[in-house]
Amino acid sequence: MASNESPLLDSTILNIRDLNLFYGQAQALSSINLAIPRKKVTAFIGPSGCGKSTLLRCLNRMNDLIDIVRVAGSITLDGEEINSPAMDVINLRRRVGMVFQQSNPFPKSIYENVIFGLRIAGINNKGTLDETVERSLRGAAIWDEVKDRLHESALGLSGGQAQRICIARAIAVNPEVILMDEPCSALDPIATAKIEELIHELKKLFTVVIVTHNMQQAARVSDCTAFLYMGELIEFNETRKIFTNPDNAQTEDYITGRFG
Amino acid sequence: MKHFWLRGEPQVIATAAALGITLLLTLTLVIVVLVNGMGFFWPAGVARAVLKDGTVIAGEITAREMGQPPRLQFKVGNRDLYGQDFRWVDRAEITSLSYPSDLIVLERKEHGNFYGFTKTVSVDGEQAAAGGDPAQRLDAAWEQVAGKSKTASSLDKQVSDLTYQAERIRQQMTRLSHDDRQGNTATIAALKGRLDGTLARIDGLAEQQNGEATELRRATVTVADASGTGKEIPIADIVRIYRPNSMTVWAKTMYYLERLRELLFDEPRESNTEGGLFPAIFGTVMMVLLMTLFSLPFGVIAAVYLREYAQEGFLVRMVRIAVNNLAGVPSIVYGVFGLGFFVYGIGSGMDRLFYPERLPTPTFGTGGILWSSLTLALLTVPVIIVATEESLAAIPKGIREGSLSLGATKFQTLTRLLLPMATPGIMTGMILSMARAAGEVAPLMLVGVVKLAPSLPLDMRFPYFHMDRKFMHLGFHIYDVGFQSPNVEAAKPMVYVTTLLLLAIVIAASSSAIYLRTIMKKRYTTRTF
Repeated sequence: MASNESPLLDSTILNIRDLNLFYGQAQALSSINLAIPRKKVTAFIGPSGCGKSTLLRCLNRMNDLIDIVRVAGSITLDGEEINSPAMDVINLRRRVGMVFQQSNPFPKSIYENVIFGLRIAGINNKGTLDETVERSLRGAAIWDEVKDRLHESALGLSGGQAQRICIARAIAVNPEVILMDEPCSALDPIATAKIEELIHELKKLFTVVIVTHNMQQAARVSDCTAFLYMGELIEFNETRKIFTNPDNAQTEDYITGRFG
Repeated sequence: MKHFWLRGEPQVIATAAALGITLLLTLTLVIVVLVNGMGFFWPAGVARAVLKDGTVIAGEITAREMGQPPRLQFKVGNRDLYGQDFRWVDRAEITSLSYPSDLIVLERKEHGNFYGFTKTVSVDGEQAAAGGDPAQRLDAAWEQVAGKSKTASSLDKQVSDLTYQAERIRQQMTRLSHDDRQGNTATIAALKGRLDGTLARIDGLAEQQNGEATELRRATVTVADASGTGKEIPIADIVRIYRPNSMTVWAKTMYYLERLRELLFDEPRESNTEGGLFPAIFGTVMMVLLMTLFSLPFGVIAAVYLREYAQEGFLVRMVRIAVNNLAGVPSIVYGVFGLGFFVYGIGSGMDRLFYPERLPTPTFGTGGILWSSLTLALLTVPVIIVATEESLAAIPKGIREGSLSLGATKFQTLTRLLLPMATPGIMTGMILSMARAAGEVAPLMLVGVVKLAPSLPLDMRFPYFHMDRKFMHLGFHIYDVGFQSPNVEAAKPMVYVTTLLLLAIVIAASSSAIYLRTIMKKRYTTRTF
């Protein structure tokens, strides 16, 4: 099943149409059609290797980094074609930020980590930077924990803290969309709860797309859920609907834990 | 028994033994060099031995042989009298052995040390009227002469400055006449006038110098060797006077420090077997630094391209294999290449283009510090490429992705994150390459190292860096002094000292680099948990 209408009937920010993706000869995604709603949390679920991370990485063209990947089809961000050669990838990635599975703080101070995106954009005004650091760290719910050691190395933080620094770093450049690739899979339950809480806050300002293979997490944090299996989009609907009354038998099997 | 092997203990023991042997070999080498090198400057007692046949000899005992019959080696010095510095004496031949406190050692500018006794001090053959102890008078006379020779050396400097000026004027003249244009004639004539003036001043100074030298050589000391043979030595020829048998430990320490100072900061004498090593130390350090200046940026850029930009494929793999194999090419091959490519190829080309007036005298078309550094840079660049590539590869993928996902370009990622993070690894490569370059001799012999360089490649004269100049090198010095000098036996301690110095330079360079690397590592350590 595929739908190009956002299930919530909200305005669509990212519209994926007939997306096919190949790793060399192997097809990883086939004919994906998906409309991601603005300022909502959309979750991609599915068993390992189903293509959910690959799909997520299409949204800011991180797949460009892998030489053998070939993409066909269209993804639009507010009506602009992402895959077109005219699209400025640098600009796209500023608009579509990303948080990774393994927290990846840079070997710099917490302060420099957060403003990395601004520095590379050539913004060096101290006032702007200070303001951004506080806004982003507050936005990532870590301000109180690190405000006294902003100039210490970010490598000394715990896993959960480091992941929130990475979120702060992503929101510092004011993106429209934040992609999260299994952001909690390396964290303990308490840190996970904090991030989930944070995701609730983030959706007030940003569109969030999250990949997770923790179905409870998808149920807790997302507004819409897409179930992928073997590179195909099986079902996409409101989270409530997917988890209570899925249209597709495969989806039901997966969420009830009968396979996957 | 099977169980014994399975537990893996013999393997552990084998690895430990391998490590132990390596350490032991290194330690032995270092200790041998240390003992022989450090002890050389300590003033050993000078023995006076009376032999059965009535001859008397005096000298330092430098070796004892326990064979049959047991023998002693004396360094008897007085090369001008005996023709050689060393003498083997059977233990049984010696009837008495003593250490007379008035035995004197004169370190001379020529002919090595003199061992013997002071007789008289005289000026122009006339004995000084004042009586007293000849030893004290010798010391006083020597102090006086040493003071005067200081002013003589300032004359030396003036002469060499003027000679340099004259040389520049001459070059200007040849350049102008080479250009062969009308109107140059007048300028050339003017230059000719200046040149003549300068030459006249040089002549004047040289005359003054000669006069002073003769004046200095008027004071002489008459000494006698152990058997009583007299010898008159101009005091100006004496570098140092000491009486090892009557020196206190304090005096010996001062003497030791003075010799060390001479070693580090003075020019060599007596075909490099005596005096200091300053030009060689300077040449080695400068050559290594220049080499790093060439090879480091080049290697890092090449590695960055290979690892970050080049499309992984057959060609890149071939390049990588080629780079790795470059490290295995015998270094003399690099020397031959450097000679053919840099010296005869580029150097001669440069001469034809920029210094045609000096031809056929080559400027860059002959070995020099520039070509030596470049040749060694070629030799060591693979090490830096491999080290840089490895350390770039070791950076977690997340760092690159994180940076790119924030809208950084590849180049920004490289300069702001990857290169700083790779710095400790790059520095490891640099340390290895510097150590290799400092110890390399064979290729340098073809492209610019000489036994004795008249001037340093860096001085106060425009253009300050003289890249075309030949230079001295500690490694070559070891080879030259140890195996090419006319008096190998006397030069042996110098070989140890030079080796020690080379080791010390390498250790100093790598320790400072390692210290820097530790700081860097602390800053960029990736968290582990």
